[in-house]
Order: sequence, then structure tokens, then C-alpha cells
Amino acid sequence: MAYTVERKPLTLLERIYIPQILAGMRVTLKHLFAPNVTMQYPEERPAIPSGYRGVPTLVMDPHGREKCVSCQLCEFVCPPKAIRITPGEIPPDAPTGHVEKAPKAFDIDMLRCIYCGLCQEVCPEEAIFLQNQYSMTGYTRAEMVNDKARLYELGGTLPDQHFKWDKKKAAAEHGNAH
Amino acid sequence: MSSAPAKPADLVTVNIDGKEIAVPKGTNVIEAAKLVGVEIPHYCYHPKLTIVGNCRMCLIEMGMPAVDPATKAPVMDPATGKQKVNWIPRPQIGCGTNASPGLHIRTNSPMVKDCREGVTEMLLINHPLDCPICDQAGECKLQEHSTAYGRGYSRFVEQKNVKPKRTELGPRVTLDDERCILCSRCIRFSKEIAKDDVLGFIDRGSYSTLTCYPGRKLENNYSLNTVDICPVGALTSTDFRFKMRVWFLKQTPGIDPESSVGANTEVWSREGVIYRITPRQNDAVNDTWMSDSGRMLYKQVKAADRLLAPMIDGLATAPEMALKAANDLLKAGSVAIVGSGRSSVEEQFLTKKLAEALKVPASLVSRVGQGDRLLISSDRNPNVRGALVTGLISALPTQQLTSLASDIDAGKVKTVLSVGEDLTAAGLAAAQLAKVSVVFLGTHKNATSDAAKVVVPTLTIFEKSGSFVNQQFRLQKFAKAVPGPAGVADDLITLSNLVSFASRIITPADLGGLWSSIAAEVKPLAGLSHALLPATGHVLDASAWADLPVCEGETLHYKPAAVPAAVNA
Repeated sequence: MAYTVERKPLTLLERIYIPQILAGMRVTLKHLFAPNVTMQYPEERPAIPSGYRGVPTLVMDPHGREKCVSCQLCEFVCPPKAIRITPGEIPPDAPTGHVEKAPKAFDIDMLRCIYCGLCQEVCPEEAIFLQNQYSMTGYTRAEMVNDKARLYELGGTLPDQHFKWDKKKAAAEHGNAH
Repeated sequence: MSSAPAKPADLVTVNIDGKEIAVPKGTNVIEAAKLVGVEIPHYCYHPKLTIVGNCRMCLIEMGMPAVDPATKAPVMDPATGKQKVNWIPRPQIGCGTNASPGLHIRTNSPMVKDCREGVTEMLLINHPLDCPICDQAGECKLQEHSTAYGRGYSRFVEQKNVKPKRTELGPRVTLDDERCILCSRCIRFSKEIAKDDVLGFIDRGSYSTLTCYPGRKLENNYSLNTVDICPVGALTSTDFRFKMRVWFLKQTPGIDPESSVGANTEVWSREGVIYRITPRQNDAVNDTWMSDSGRMLYKQVKAADRLLAPMIDGLATAPEMALKAANDLLKAGSVAIVGSGRSSVEEQFLTKKLAEALKVPASLVSRVGQGDRLLISSDRNPNVRGALVTGLISALPTQQLTSLASDIDAGKVKTVLSVGEDLTAAGLAAAQLAKVSVVFLGTHKNATSDAAKVVVPTLTIFEKSGSFVNQQFRLQKFAKAVPGPAGVADDLITLSNLVSFASRIITPADLGGLWSSIAAEVKPLAGLSHALLPATGHVLDASAWADLPVCEGETLHYKPAAVPAAVNA
């Protein structure tokens, strides 16, 4: 059913339009001298706050030891099933032979990853971290799957609180304490 | 108890956490508690092994109804009006306590809880924090019981014990000594079941170590059962070690096709890849054991000599072309059919239908090896009795196809259809094979497939569903664990195609449809179906075959009716 909308007649000030122009100029002038809120991406990059959940990466300990032992808990917990691990054995005569297990292959499909951080949370060895990297691009689907080498390249080295396996090796070399 | 109703003499009533249950005399408290749904945690106790009571995890409180020492009259509790229970002030082990009339058990008292926490703490003191790299994680009793009955925090600040991490006890078993909780299940298994007493503990206290006797190795064909029964990750399978975490693996019921024992198995696979095979409990067939050789059979799935494409005269071709060529050869007449004791009941039924349609007899090849009196019998075909039941054969098969050989020499046979049997191994010479056109349905390359005119690839036992009839005439089913290779049709589809063409009657190729025909046509299998077959199998009426001179000797749950021929182990 049709109905009529009452329109108030414009006042004199509204009709001459000058106050509106001045108010608009005030806003424009304010922004002319205010600091920029935009950024010249990609030349300029934003500062990443701590606790940011970027691309998941694998990290080494300060001695350059690969921390992942391929327990596959991240693969298990990953909601979109982005992680795929092939476990492998470290030969006994290798420097880290006492760790026994390391991934043979470790793939994270970044087209599947939802950046939830559950892999980092579940990792018992503190080997996987969602770090500051936020931009993943590629021309093919295969390029968007991070393999083990790429994950270590992205992850680098992070400080370690425990040196759990070094302690274990020291204990083994020391022999039984009693 | 005096108030209990009359019951058979071999049942005794026990009271567990206030619930009364009648159990056979001699049942231990762990098993009795299981019947009322109460779990008593344990490590060293195993229902199929002797009881040693050395882990102390199953400690419970126990009491007996009070009687007056002088008059032997029951002492009544005036508060409840029932007979008083005298509780033993110290805990007892559940595994070593047998049910006796009126026995009272408490599994949830503060003392029992305290005991379990203490035992768990004691075991964890020197147990490494290996769970991320330990293959047992996910099926580890120590992990489960520590979560359920442990204290939840550690008071241990000293240095942990150090022991060897990779001791090879034998060709298939690797020991991680640090993880061992000294339950001695593996020692008892080797001694009592495998009858190969090679394992023992040496040294004392925290130096205690599981080891083989000097100069001996854990290399019997049942060594991997010690890995299964190890409650922690101490004994690991060298083959499965560090391959895949168990929580990813899907379990499919299977049957060990090595011999006519038909040990029940569990096939563990992930995304179409089999990682390991373990025994599935069937107290009438294999208890909780299986042979090592049966566990390695999954390797044939990805073997290099697997037949993956249909072939005519050695050249790969389309499946329809190969089937057409086979059908044409069979239609031409003068056919001989060699069935297999390795085929399932369903395949043997279709083979029989094919033989009937072509009006030719079918023969079978017998395979005889040394029986080990446990889970490998001397009849190395899993399903010769299936062929008897379905009527494919009426007498026991021979090892050599001598009558077929003489028929070929006489020119009576022009085409031989082999359902997976290597005819050269069954006594046919290469020259004899060259005289005839061979149609070979099989999984792997062999001399017969090389000589065959038509080869149609088939599936291994892990890639198809079906059933076997074992030496006890127990019909047992197995299920498809992984999909077959691309382009390889199911055996039932191939066979039903041949049958349909030969008989001009559409034959079902699916298990459900096939079993309605089997149940209707095969009298001993009337009323049965693959889908409704129980997991532990169904024993058929074997009276018709009772006096067949079978070659098997005694195995774990099988005794031959009469003294068999000399081939016995």
C-alpha cells in the first residue's frame, strides 16, 4: 500500500550549502596533516605483533638439530588435514642417532591450512611454530605445498628452553647414576 | 553365600564392588571383575599365559565372610543383618586370587587407589619420556593406566636410568630396554606357547635387562607375538618400527592364508597401504597368536612381480579383450580346470559352476609342508575344505596333476584354466604347457603366467572379501582391507563373467547375491550368508567328510580324528 513520506523543507543555511562545504574542507584539511594510516605495501611491511599466527614452519634448536621427531600429532590434530608426514629412522651412527626418529618427508599444504595453530599447540617437541610469514603465493598448486626443506628454510632456529635430547645423550654417556 | 540361589556346582558367587556375580570356580578376580564391567588394571597378567604376579598393578582389597572360629557358625553383622565380612588389612593381587564362595573384592577403595598410584609412579620413575617417538603410543597400557590410575604429577628429580635403546633380540624383534617394565610376558610366551625358551632377565634392580640366552636368538616363527603382548613399547617389530602411528591405522578382519589353520588376523592399513598384520582373538582357533610368516604376507600386495594388466600372448590388453579371448578358448571345448585351495569359498563355488557349465571336471593342487603343531598345519592351502564343501572336488587333492599331464599328452585337453595355480610347480612340464592354451587367473608372475595365452590379473586376499573353511570345518570370513590396483577386477567379477558366458545364465558377482545362490545350492552352507557370519566363524557339519585321510597333524586347537599319514610334523 502506497504511503507518503513527509519531507521537511530545507532551512536557509542548508539551502546556501556553505556550512556543509566548510565542514567537508575541515575533514580534508585534517587528513592532509594527520599521519598516514595506509602503507606502501609491498615495499613497506607492517610490524607483526607477538603471538601472530602466520605460516606454520619447522624449526631447529640452537645447535642446528632438527627438532621434529615425526610423532605425527600435528598431522592427527590438523582440522583441514593439511599436514602429511612420512616418518623415518635416524641411523644409530648419526650425531643425533639417540633421537632415533625424524621425518623423512614433511608436507604442509598451504591451500588447506587454516592457520589455526593447533599443530603448534600439540607439538610435544616444540618443533612447529606459526611465525611471522603471512604472505604465501604461487603459480601452481604444487608450489603451495611446503616440503620439509622449505619448512626449515622458513622456520630457521628458535631458542630452546629444555635441550631435552642433549640431556638424554649426556645421561647415556654418563651411564647409570647409581 | 547362604542367601544365594541354588546353582551348578562349578559356579561360585563373588561380590565385586557390591555387585554379586556367579563365575566358574578358579576364575581369577581380574576376569570376574571384567564380567561385571569393572576394569582391574594389569600389566603382567595375560589370559593365555601363566600367572606370575610381578607387576603389582592389579592390587585389590579382599575379604571373606566371617565365621566363628570355634563353632564355624556365620558371624552376623547386627547393623545390616547380613554376614560380616573380614577384610584382609593388606592388598592382594587380583590376577593370583581365584574366585571362592563368598569372596568379597573392593577395587575402588582409597587403599587400592593408593596402591595403583604407587605402582604407576614406581614404573614411571625409570620409564623414558619417549611417547613422541614410541611406536606403542596409542596402544600402550602404561600410557593408558598412567592417565587413568596415576597420580598425574611426578616427584622424581634424580637422573633417569639409562639402558640400551636398540637391541636386536632376533631378526624381527628390536628391544628398547629403557621402556621395559619387566612384566615377563614375552618370557612366558616364548616358554609356554612358542616352546622356544630363549628369553630371560639378567641383573638386579634397575640394572635388570631382558636378554636372550647366550648364543641364542629370538628367531622362532612366533617371535612377533611378544611384540603384541608387550604392554609397553619395549619390544618393537623391526618391520613396523617407526613406520606409522597406530591411531591412523584402520583395522580390517582377515584370515591368515598360510595354512588350513586359518588364524584370525587384523589387517592395519591407512589410505590403501597395509602397515602391519596382527592376530585377532579367536579362542577356538588361534587364541591371541599368529605366525611371523603370516604377518609378512602383506608385502605381496606391492611386490614387483605383481600382475597388473590383462595380457594376451604376453602383451598387455584391455580387460574386455582378455575376458573375450578367455571365453572363446573355453567355448572351443576340451577344457581342463585347475581350481585352487587358496581361492575363497565364493570363488570355488563359481569355479564349480564354470566346470558344470563346461561339463568338465575340476582338479585342485595340494600343498604340503611341515606343520609346527601350533598355528601352521601341514596342509598349506587355506581352503581345501571349502572346495569339498562347495562340491568343487569330492576327494582330497594330490600334489601333482598327473592325470591332467597324461590328458595333455594324449591330446584330450586343449585349454587349461588355472585359477591362481602355478601348473609347473604342480608337475606339468613346460613342453606340456606349450601344447595347450593356458588361461591364467592370478596375482603374481610365475612360469604358468609366462606360458599362458591369456592372463587375467586377480586380487590378493587383502584386496577382496570372502570366506575360508579351515581344518575344523569352521567357515570364517575376511574383508577387503585395501583397494586393488587400478584396472584389476575383483576375482568374483572375472569368474562370474566366465560362468555367465559359459552357462548363458547371468551369475551374480557380488557377495550378497552370490551367497543367496550358495545358500540355495550348497547343502552344508544352507541358511548362511557372508554378511551375517559371526566374527569368530561358524562350524559346519563335517560328518560327510569325517573319514577323509587328511594330512594335518595336531595344531593349537585341532586334533586329527585318526592317526594321519607320514607327512606329519
